[in-house]
Amino acid sequence: MRSPLQRIQRWAEQRLPALTRYRRPESLPIELHRRRIYIVPSGFGISFSVLLLVMLVGALNYANNGALLLTCLLGAASAASMLVTFRNLDGLHLSHIRAGHAVAGQAIELTLAFDSGRLRNAIRLDLGSSSVAFAIDARTTAQVKLLLPTVQRGWQPLPRLRLWSSWPLGLFRAWSWLHPDQSVLVWPRPEVAGPSPRAPADDASRMRLHRGDELAALREYRAGDPQRHIAWKASARHDHLLVKDFEQPQSRLQWQLDWRQLGALDNEARIARLARWLNEAQAQRCSYSLWLPGNEIASSSGPLHYARCMNALAQLP
Amino acid sequence: MTSPASRKKAVELPIDARAFDLLSLTMALVLGLHSPHLPWWLSIALALTLGWRWWQRRQQAGRVPRWLKLPLLALLTLAVIVHYGNIFGREPGSALAVGLLILKLLETETVRDARVGISFACFALMAALLFDQGLIATVVVALGLLPALATLRALEPGQTPTSLPRALLPSVALSAAALPLALLAFLLVPRLSSPLWGAPTPEQARTGLSDSMSPGNFTDLLTDDHPAMRVSFDGAPPPADLRYFRAYVMWNFDGRSWRYLDARYAKPREPAPLEASSSIQYRISLQPTHQRVLPTLDVPLQAPAQTSLQPDREVLADKPVNDQFSYSARSALHYRLQPTLDERSRRLGLRLPANFNPRTRTLAAQWRQRYGSDDAAIVQAALNLFHDGGFRYTLAPAPLGRDSVDDFLFDTHEGFCEHYSSAFTVLMRAAGIPARVVTGYQGGYWNKLGEYLLVRYSDAHAWSEVWLAGRGWVRVDPTGAVRPERVSLGAAAAAGDQLAWYRNDWLQGLRNHWDIVNRWWDQGVIGFDALRQRGLLTPFGIRDTDTAMLGILLTISSVLFIAIGLAWALLRRRTRDPLRDALRELERKLARMGVARRPAEGPQHYLSRAARALPGQRDELARLMSSYLELRYAHDEPSPESSRGFQRAVRDFRVANVVK
Repeated sequence: MRSPLQRIQRWAEQRLPALTRYRRPESLPIELHRRRIYIVPSGFGISFSVLLLVMLVGALNYANNGALLLTCLLGAASAASMLVTFRNLDGLHLSHIRAGHAVAGQAIELTLAFDSGRLRNAIRLDLGSSSVAFAIDARTTAQVKLLLPTVQRGWQPLPRLRLWSSWPLGLFRAWSWLHPDQSVLVWPRPEVAGPSPRAPADDASRMRLHRGDELAALREYRAGDPQRHIAWKASARHDHLLVKDFEQPQSRLQWQLDWRQLGALDNEARIARLARWLNEAQAQRCSYSLWLPGNEIASSSGPLHYARCMNALAQLP
Repeated sequence: MTSPASRKKAVELPIDARAFDLLSLTMALVLGLHSPHLPWWLSIALALTLGWRWWQRRQQAGRVPRWLKLPLLALLTLAVIVHYGNIFGREPGSALAVGLLILKLLETETVRDARVGISFACFALMAALLFDQGLIATVVVALGLLPALATLRALEPGQTPTSLPRALLPSVALSAAALPLALLAFLLVPRLSSPLWGAPTPEQARTGLSDSMSPGNFTDLLTDDHPAMRVSFDGAPPPADLRYFRAYVMWNFDGRSWRYLDARYAKPREPAPLEASSSIQYRISLQPTHQRVLPTLDVPLQAPAQTSLQPDREVLADKPVNDQFSYSARSALHYRLQPTLDERSRRLGLRLPANFNPRTRTLAAQWRQRYGSDDAAIVQAALNLFHDGGFRYTLAPAPLGRDSVDDFLFDTHEGFCEHYSSAFTVLMRAAGIPARVVTGYQGGYWNKLGEYLLVRYSDAHAWSEVWLAGRGWVRVDPTGAVRPERVSLGAAAAAGDQLAWYRNDWLQGLRNHWDIVNRWWDQGVIGFDALRQRGLLTPFGIRDTDTAMLGILLTISSVLFIAIGLAWALLRRRTRDPLRDALRELERKLARMGVARRPAEGPQHYLSRAARALPGQRDELARLMSSYLELRYAHDEPSPESSRGFQRAVRDFRVANVVK
């Protein structure tokens, strides 16, 4: 036995799929079509129609056919603008969304790629309180950048986005909800101040002599290796990609960041500290390895390595 | 959701320079359209304000400070009140509206301000049509909508930048797309048979002929070449010297001016008897005069509908003609009007104010002595005097003193129809012949294309009628004695080179031809009133289209138009994939040869299978396959040329006859 509310909702979902179905997350790409575009007169549209009414009554009262013709023309143009407003959204295609990197508390930059078969102007995208307006040329892709505020580390699902337009005259307002089934990964916020990692400088066995840029060996490609280190010619003769393994410069330190060494702290504090150490290591351009429960990341350096470590930190339970 | 907040912010964003330029352009157009009836100093002041504001905002965005705005507002209101006496009514109201519109520009900074300004400008554009709803004025006002719509477009953020003229183009397209619906609504919106409130004020309109005539008051009329009326005849038009349209018959002379109304008309009398020998049927469409008099060709036989025939066979409408008015009448061209004159009329027709124009009286007495009882000879003597006495036709005569007829006849010798008809009538009365002044129109331009006679205000004319025993009232046109071409060719020819440059021959000819468009506009659009609307569906067998019927029609046709519009809006052009279409064609061809593609078969597998099955065309199929795979998978987007090449190759692929 369902409650009446559920029954109404069920009925509404069958009859008006646009009202309910598109509130749920859906997978990309999303194409806007008539079942999911709503259109109402804007506030300006309502006051403009009152004005048209006044003009109509005035023209009729004074039996002024010139004025009546003008009023009819203006009214018909307003009505036609409704269709233009609808068409401005109809057929718009959201193909993919890329997210940037941000630590918890900062806004994360989203890049939404919209495709269109024809020219569209003045499309606006609202996310929370931020809003962005853009135009798309015919048969091109518009990259729309938007900032999403974040609160805590980890996977954060995208909220509903409102895509709307009052093009061309501002008399009508057409909108559609986009709820992409996609999450962005928010990095942990590093602690503000704290101790430095125990410098493993005395660990002589980890030190290697600097031998210039000569390559030491070829090894198998591991995810995260810089692309320019791939040995393309050598790879072509093998089944796997091979990577040129350069010797580490002598001057660089190697840090071993280890979850287990921070036993005195609670989970979040450990993550915050590790995040700060990662930042410092990245700033000092030294290479570092990271040990996390269930995830061990070998020593390396560079932005990709940094991102890999931060991602791992962000995804900790 | 915080959407209301963001929407609120959106309308309070400052507008960009393009939107402001377009807004200023709209306002300038409104000002220009209203300037003909605004006092010149107000037009100039508002134009300067507009220009200054436009320049000022280009330098630096920002509202004009309040201490400047409020005094300007007070100044505007004061100026309107001082000039017009009040702020209500069409004239002061529109002056105030245009002024407020320009002042609104001073504080226009945000999207909301601009939208308010544009709405108000649309209203002011419509108000301009209350003064002149001719074809040109309406077209110009409709063009004024373009920058207004373009401004609204420019207010939307996030659009591809365009040049200013290109910014106007989409508005043209939108208006053009809206035109069919607009015309339909125009046809079907039920007209009011009587106004809901106050009728239009007559003070501004052209009054045409006046019901009094004193020397000199025709001057404005004779230089106004707007159409007064258009006449179409059943059959051939009357010859040029018979195109006299009578309006007012004036008996009453007070020494200076002739008046139409006097005590005689306190109680209605029967129209004067008329013996007509030939008559002509015609139809007149009269421009609004806000008067009751309807000019008719010479002497009408009967009054048209909704009018009454007055004692001297002039026609008065039941109500003042406030809108364009059409009426049919039949008039006599050769006739005897009032063959016997009653004593009262004779007395009236001889009455002259005492102690005026002594020299004229003396001259008349001399004629009477010389010619005895031969009235016709006296008339001829007067015409000879005008013809040979050194009289000159001019639209700018010297002013006349108290004894205006004496001054004219013996001193100045120059004037136009008013002077001649007045002097002639006074002379006749002094000589004892009953006479009266008739005003109306004479002449007109015969439009061959439209087959109608165009009569302008400048064709206004005054002549005399004298009563001769046995002939009744006879028309005598003393102006014709001075300048015969006034009668045979019309007012413009008579005025000669005294007219402004814009009325010279070839331009006048052009204007006369153009008038057929005006006529079409006046009859088809301006004159489309409640009555014509009721007869709208007569061709479809519906005699009387009432308001409910119009409403239903309007609804049905609007729904139809909206359906067409929706079909356009919802039409989705399928994105063409030429490569896939070409592959489909190849599949069809191969299927006819017995190699159909299986549902789960990829193109490579299928085409290699086809190549194996059709050894005769193996090479060709292999080539097709490799080029398809290349086009499909080696590029993100194959170039159109190479796609077309593949299509051509598929088309050239021949279906070989297979023996099964």
